Amino acid sequence: MTVVSSDTALPPPPPLPRRWTKARILGHVLMALWIVSGASLLFYLVTNINSPFVQKYWPDYVDGFLVTLQIVSVSLLIGALLSLPIAAARASRWKVLSAPAYAYVYFFRGTPLLAQTFLVYYGAGGFRTELEAIGLWTFFREAWYCVIFTFSLNTSAYQAEILRGAILNVPKGQWEGAAALGLSQPVTFFKVILPQALMVALRPYGNEIILMIKGSAIASIVTVFDLMGETRRAYSRTYDFQAYIWAAVIYLMMVETLRRVWDRLEMRLTRHLKR
Amino acid sequence: MNEALTLLSFGEHGWGDTIAIGALVTVSLALASLPFGLALGFLLALAKKSAEPSLKLAANIYTTIFRGLPELLTLFLVYFGVQIGFQKALKLIGIETYFEVNSFVAGMFALSFVFSSYASEAFLSAFRGIPQGQFEGGQALGLSRKQTMTFIILPQLVRLALPALGNLWLILLKETALVSTIGLADLMREAGIAARVTKEAFLFFGVACLIYLILAIISSTGLARLERWSKRGDTAR
Repeated sequence: MTVVSSDTALPPPPPLPRRWTKARILGHVLMALWIVSGASLLFYLVTNINSPFVQKYWPDYVDGFLVTLQIVSVSLLIGALLSLPIAAARASRWKVLSAPAYAYVYFFRGTPLLAQTFLVYYGAGGFRTELEAIGLWTFFREAWYCVIFTFSLNTSAYQAEILRGAILNVPKGQWEGAAALGLSQPVTFFKVILPQALMVALRPYGNEIILMIKGSAIASIVTVFDLMGETRRAYSRTYDFQAYIWAAVIYLMMVETLRRVWDRLEMRLTRHLKR
Repeated sequence: MNEALTLLSFGEHGWGDTIAIGALVTVSLALASLPFGLALGFLLALAKKSAEPSLKLAANIYTTIFRGLPELLTLFLVYFGVQIGFQKALKLIGIETYFEVNSFVAGMFALSFVFSSYASEAFLSAFRGIPQGQFEGGQALGLSRKQTMTFIILPQLVRLALPALGNLWLILLKETALVSTIGLADLMREAGIAARVTKEAFLFFGVACLIYLILAIISSTGLARLERWSKRGDTAR
């Protein structure tokens, strides 16, 4: 075996100059377009930061942002709680349980969120006497509660499917191994299966949160003043297009931040699975 | 029960025909957004898988924007943005008119922007499922890059991308409901009008939900067939 001494080793050849292919020209043109439009957007926003519009409506936007956060977090939490029994029923061997759960999930995933919201918000009015009789009218009278109600049911259907898929994804050997160790079924489920399933479900859960943030804009149509609602109100009063531009910037930052944080979280939590 | 049937019947006393026309508008809006969305999504996927970093970045920025914005906001941005943009442009050349964008066209563009950004990801992951050898094989046979793409890659790509694209179609169908907020007389809006006139909101919105469900079921069976058709080569082996 010959040993190549370090001074005889040739330096790596210089990289070839990159040619201006069609793709490269197109890419640079498109990037130039993005940079120009991004810069003009930034310029537009900076010049408008002290405009009367921002002065007047900024507090409303902050309120709307907080309302959006509330809607999303409350719905997601209630949905998560509801999704457990639904997923369990869906995976059940008994048709009496699994069929209604399937229908529930199919309904909420197969119809538009807007239609569901209208069905609850406007539809509840038709059952006023019945609802008053059981004391629920005060609940369904408020657009805010209707929205929370609909969104929770909607996200529970999606979350149930995520959960079910993740649990089915855990290899059967895990159940058998736990049984061989003499663990009872509930212990196996909560200590062995669920942690592994949730790890797999992290990414779809993140997507569901983003879908919920985006979907929550629908609340503005039934007179809830979330971020989108405040935006529409500001626009209808001023006919100033920057109303929508500010909203777009806020929504984009919200979704992008969440996506990045979630990616980090996933990387950290699944680091033992990386090879 | 009979009252409900009368309300839903076709003809003078019922709302059946109005709602049927609304459903037709919903379907045609979804169908109209599809080709543009698919084509744009495919081009975006090509850009994202190219070796050129600037092209990749440009396509990724597009996706980030249209996947991050709520669909409702995208719709309003397109609808009011084009309207105001045109008015300003006309003002510059000295014409002062009121310009209104057709809500169908605005909806079509907004929905296809959103659809294309998701479709590009579906195409991209399908591209990743095709072995590099397929491209090289095409080259070895003396096919041009275009021929390789149309005769070798695309047929396989369709098969790989269909399940994801099918899901996106179902989402698109549901998203058309949002266009009712800018005044398009689609299923959602017609149901809303019927609900307001007759004061039977639960009935009409329930029917609207049911029609959306039926459309979804029809689409799923159609998509399942399409998938079977795309996999007809697999069974022969």
